[in-house]
Amino acid sequence: MKIKIPLLITFITGLIIIVSEFIPAQPFPKISTDLETWVMVIAGFAMLLGLLSLFKVNILKIKFKVPNWQYSIITLASCAIMIALGLLWGTDKQVGILGHGEGIQNVLGVKPFDYLFNNIYQHLAATMFALLAFFIASAAYRAFIGRTAESRLLLIAAIIVMLGRTSLGSWLTGFLPDGSFFHLPNLAGFIMKYPNTAGQRAIMIGSGLGVIGSSLRILLGIERMWLGGK
Amino acid sequence: MISFFETLGVWLGALMTFAIFSFLYKDNPFYKVAEQIFVGLSAGYWFVYTIYNIVLPNLIIPLKTDFSANFLLIVPGILGIFMLMRIIPQTEWLSRFPMALMIGSSAGLGMLTYTKSDIIKQLTATMMNPFDGGDWIVILGQTLLILGTITGVIYFFFSARHKGFIGVLSRIGIYFLMVSFGGAFGYTAMARISLLIGRLQFLLGDWLGLIHP
Repeated sequence: MKIKIPLLITFITGLIIIVSEFIPAQPFPKISTDLETWVMVIAGFAMLLGLLSLFKVNILKIKFKVPNWQYSIITLASCAIMIALGLLWGTDKQVGILGHGEGIQNVLGVKPFDYLFNNIYQHLAATMFALLAFFIASAAYRAFIGRTAESRLLLIAAIIVMLGRTSLGSWLTGFLPDGSFFHLPNLAGFIMKYPNTAGQRAIMIGSGLGVIGSSLRILLGIERMWLGGK
Repeated sequence: MISFFETLGVWLGALMTFAIFSFLYKDNPFYKVAEQIFVGLSAGYWFVYTIYNIVLPNLIIPLKTDFSANFLLIVPGILGIFMLMRIIPQTEWLSRFPMALMIGSSAGLGMLTYTKSDIIKQLTATMMNPFDGGDWIVILGQTLLILGTITGVIYFFFSARHKGFIGVLSRIGIYFLMVSFGGAFGYTAMARISLLIGRLQFLLGDWLGLIHP
């Protein structure tokens, strides 16, 4: 029961979704739409599960005083504050348990949830990704040694694309007429439009075939890793 | 006039920016604190987003407003609770039922969407006359596009040994993939650098007021 019923549910659900694509007559489209809503709701609960797991892991860290356990308090506190503010006074468009919180909005300028989002979360997210610029640069230094023909191609394409998207690239080939193929912005555009698209297309076709194969394996119950490999 | 909380917001943003950038020197408590705040706020943000945009409009409000018309929604509600049972080892097996529904529909939907968008649409876009319309640059580009797509797909075809003629085509496919990776790398690097410029604009403009847009 613990294995066969989930496998049967997987097969039937997948079959309904596929069949409803080819049979547009009722009740298939309705069943398919309802299933999509169900999946969305369950995914919402999966999000809650992730949050519970985050709390469980961090509470255990604090309980057993593992190295750096103090940071877990910060994680839990910031998470709890964000949730509390979001649920109590809502978000930009949503009303919370205590309404829109006009009084607090007059003081902060926005709702407390949005205040934290705009002034802390957005800055942290942007800086985290900006930090990657430095690591990309150091990775590029190692990758761009160009020992083989393949790595040289990667190097040349990357340099042309990077230069082509800056004013330096325009300046370097500024002596060429604007419409010239070898003008760096044009060359970068050509690489992105044709050879890059060709490579991406090959990857998409390959991965598409892979997804179809693995989806079929899942629906037929051959692939059972999601059941813990049973 | 700028309010106290507006100023405080800018200072908080600057403080967080410096805390994250301090990692460039080495891993330190300031970075760790900022990192944990980021994790906590992210989890909290997505939880609140899920409640307001998924759970409330698709489950709670329909059940509350018209129960008889939407009583079937009890099923995903129960399956959702089963999903939460995963946190307790004794009841973990109950989460297989909602997982089965999610995986089954994702697999079915994946088969359809990938067939349409990743295979049929890409093949259709590649089936063109390379010499049709445009100057020599367009003709060259379209020829490279067709050649690159075919040889790239051959590179991913592992049912035949990559030797002889297939080997040559597969080798050309690798070259196209490398150019593609190079282009993608350059594009990503530029996107990150523009984010870095954005951060510097914030610090020098909003925070210090040294530059004005």
